[in-house]
Amino acid sequence: MIPDAALSFRNVRQVFTSGEHALCALDGVSFDIAPGRVSGLIGPDGAGKTTLMRLACGLLRPALGEICVLGLDVVGEPQAVQSAVGYMPQRFGLYEDLSVQENLDLYADLQGLPEDGRVARYDELMHMTGLAPFTARLAGRLSGGMKQKLGLACALLRAPRLLLLDEPTVGVDPVSRRELWAIVYGQVREQGMSVLLSTAYLDEAERCDEVLLLHQGKLLGQGPPADFSAEVRGRIFQVGAEGISHRQLQTRLSQAPGVLDALVEGETVRLVMDEAGEPKAASLLPDLDEVHIKPAAPRFEDAFVARLKTRHDSAAALGGLDLHIDSHGDEEVIQVHRLLRRFGDFIAVNDVSFSVRSGEIFGLLGANGAGKTTTFRMLCGLLPASGGELSVAGHDLHTARAEARRHIGYMAQKFSLYGDLSVSQNLRFFASAYGLRGRRQDKRVAWAIDTFELADYRQANARDLPLGFKQRLSFAAALMHEPEILFLDEPTSGVDPLARREFWVRTNALAEAGVTVLVTTHFMEEANYCDRLVIMAEGRVLAEGTPREMKARARSVDNPDPTMEDAFIRLIEQREHKEKGKEAAA
Amino acid sequence: MNDRLRRLWGMIRKESLQILRDPSSISIAFVMPVVLLLLFGYGVSLDAKHIPLGIVIEQPDTASQSLAGAFDRSEFFRPQRFGAIQEAQQALAERRIDGILWLRNDFSSRLLSGNEAPIGVFVNGVDSNQANITKGYIQGTWLAWLQHFAAAQGRDLDLPVAMEQRVWFNPALNSRLFLVPGLIAIIMTMIGSLLTAMVVAREWERGTMEALMVTPLHMGEMLAGKLIPYFALGMGGMLLSVAMALVLFGVPLLSPFWLLMLCSALFMLVSLAIGLLISIVTRNQFLAGQVALVVSFLPSFLLSGFLFDIHSMPEWVQTITYLVPARYFVAILQTLFLAGPVWPVVLANAGAMLLMLVILTALVVKKSYKRLD
Repeated sequence: MIPDAALSFRNVRQVFTSGEHALCALDGVSFDIAPGRVSGLIGPDGAGKTTLMRLACGLLRPALGEICVLGLDVVGEPQAVQSAVGYMPQRFGLYEDLSVQENLDLYADLQGLPEDGRVARYDELMHMTGLAPFTARLAGRLSGGMKQKLGLACALLRAPRLLLLDEPTVGVDPVSRRELWAIVYGQVREQGMSVLLSTAYLDEAERCDEVLLLHQGKLLGQGPPADFSAEVRGRIFQVGAEGISHRQLQTRLSQAPGVLDALVEGETVRLVMDEAGEPKAASLLPDLDEVHIKPAAPRFEDAFVARLKTRHDSAAALGGLDLHIDSHGDEEVIQVHRLLRRFGDFIAVNDVSFSVRSGEIFGLLGANGAGKTTTFRMLCGLLPASGGELSVAGHDLHTARAEARRHIGYMAQKFSLYGDLSVSQNLRFFASAYGLRGRRQDKRVAWAIDTFELADYRQANARDLPLGFKQRLSFAAALMHEPEILFLDEPTSGVDPLARREFWVRTNALAEAGVTVLVTTHFMEEANYCDRLVIMAEGRVLAEGTPREMKARARSVDNPDPTMEDAFIRLIEQREHKEKGKEAAA
Repeated sequence: MNDRLRRLWGMIRKESLQILRDPSSISIAFVMPVVLLLLFGYGVSLDAKHIPLGIVIEQPDTASQSLAGAFDRSEFFRPQRFGAIQEAQQALAERRIDGILWLRNDFSSRLLSGNEAPIGVFVNGVDSNQANITKGYIQGTWLAWLQHFAAAQGRDLDLPVAMEQRVWFNPALNSRLFLVPGLIAIIMTMIGSLLTAMVVAREWERGTMEALMVTPLHMGEMLAGKLIPYFALGMGGMLLSVAMALVLFGVPLLSPFWLLMLCSALFMLVSLAIGLLISIVTRNQFLAGQVALVVSFLPSFLLSGFLFDIHSMPEWVQTITYLVPARYFVAILQTLFLAGPVWPVVLANAGAMLLMLVILTALVVKKSYKRLD
């Protein structure tokens, strides 16, 4: 144990029981966090991150083990710990019906900030967060990124020695995320603060001084992010090939010898190999002539996958899907022209236009509140548009909503199946809702259980399924009537990277079978899996194109190989620049 | 200001701002009392007036016309004539009328010969309460007419006992005077339990409770910070109700005002404690609202003696009413307004409320800790 650790856990175990179910949220977790550093608690949803955070601030009592915060025993002196740390819970802990200033005043009073130092501290924090012009605005009327920064400012008022941030960056746009990291590092430097920050975004690991990797309640490792990536050094490659679609390439590569993981990345495929050493084109893709293989820099996610994935998992990847889709060749099956949606005086979707060709995977990329879900709901005929034209599978949604709906499958953002029904009951219900009867229904249900490997859970209630299986079930339910167009709303939000990969394998197989897929996501890197995409912010489309075109916009001398996030940030900056220009002209 | 006071003040200020900005809090505290008072003050009445009554006179003559005229003049009845008893019975079955007065063709002759009860009375027993009232009023009107008739005939009516009644405390027997004070208890229950339970549950639901907990704020300060604004809001609603009762409905207040305020404050605390307890246990707005309705609001309405007399309830229901705090407060209110400070009543009921407050406070303190599990 480090003697001056900011936070230490010793063999901490936490179990939640509800009825007869017992869930082990944390299992024998031990670690020490050195002071004056930014530590990232990284893991997918359900890994136990929030439980760990709450234990650290005495909001939960551990079933077993010891927790020590700033030299204080949390179990024995929870109030002392709560008085000493700064904590921002998920959803930021703000009062939406109070103004920015009133929220600050409340937390200043609660944290005992002396009156005479307040004005200076408020000024400093409001400047740092860029909220200075908005102090009179109600917190509920701030954008997601501004709320996040206000929540952070409230937790920072008294400059705590330990700052605990529970998923501060989830669903927030990349610009705000980048600003948050800058503020956090600024505080660490100026105040010598220690920070523990949890996140489900694996790419944020690289921004931390130190990473704690949590998976299914167990601590898988602790160390600088570079140490994690070092494990897979020399095992990461980018493969491109002529005369084969990138999706077919990915399918072939994932079954090739020595390949642990294959992931579509733009027009190429990223490989994680079992062992270090450059693979031979002849062994990976024996029948193709032009294959380019080049080594790539390892990322944290590669290490995560390498640690958790075994060959056996990837063998389960799907081949072709037994689906009968009326393919429409290359025609545009979804057309959206100047789409508009108002809620009162708020414009959620503003002048959005795009079109999707048959058999494409088309992405809508943007932060929470960008208007993705609203656009989706209008396309599915769940919400009437306030203006503009939109047609799906040749049917105008203003006039022929029911006809259009017959051609589409929809997977909602939240798990929206019946928790009290078993897997097969759910499937039967959805099949009959789509008008499938008798033998055809039996056949489709059998197909779904087989294709999505749900046989082991056939009789289990949907509520009790593991997260990844819930997602498979939702996916299967949306496909019962063999729709030619599939809408997926934030399908990968909260699932771990392995389940996410599996999801994309299935989606790719669907696209190969001729299904047109429209998908929303706030994971920037997932845009790479799409054929084409639009980037949205505040209800508007910022850009439309292929992933390669998007990234090309951000290419510069300093940054020859930009990520999708760089491209996104670039677009937002350009727009802000333009707006400022307009204001100046006016 | 020391830290403790500053934290408390911060909570009170925040809570007050939220009340002011939330239209539902304001409407429950100020609009609902007005609506309820107007409804019960003007709309609902337990007095029977203008009862639709069918009168069947088989052989019209002076005596029968005189009796029917007595019913016509009474403010309790709105008589309708029917030619035959069958028609009247049909009307009764269809609930167009609540009762029938049947004067058969031998009415006058039997009356003059001094024989007994020559009238027939039917009442619709579906609503037993209404039926009893109707029956009583018909009887009263009949006896009054009979006395008058006998006096006019110059002979004494040999009734066994002549009753002389005197009504105390509500001489006009106006049910409004009795309902309006009780209504104050209902309104305070609504603000204290229903509104408070939902508002505190909202903090749990929106995740702000978590942020509050990880500050130097102590649980006691948090509870006090929550309670003080809602206490003020509840007492405001109570003052509004009292003002309306006195000014609009002319309810007398026969006790000192401070005593009314003191007892109301005690009841308000009991209500708030119930609201807090519900929100701490449920931690969910919808559930808190439902539980508060079932546990606090409905019993106050039905089992407090505000609307239905406790003594006419079955034994076991009467036992349950002892658990309803509004029962004690309604008794105090009715006494303070209509009868004056009857100390044994006030002290006994206030004592019961105090005991409840102590128990509830102990439960709240036991259940509220700064933890999420």
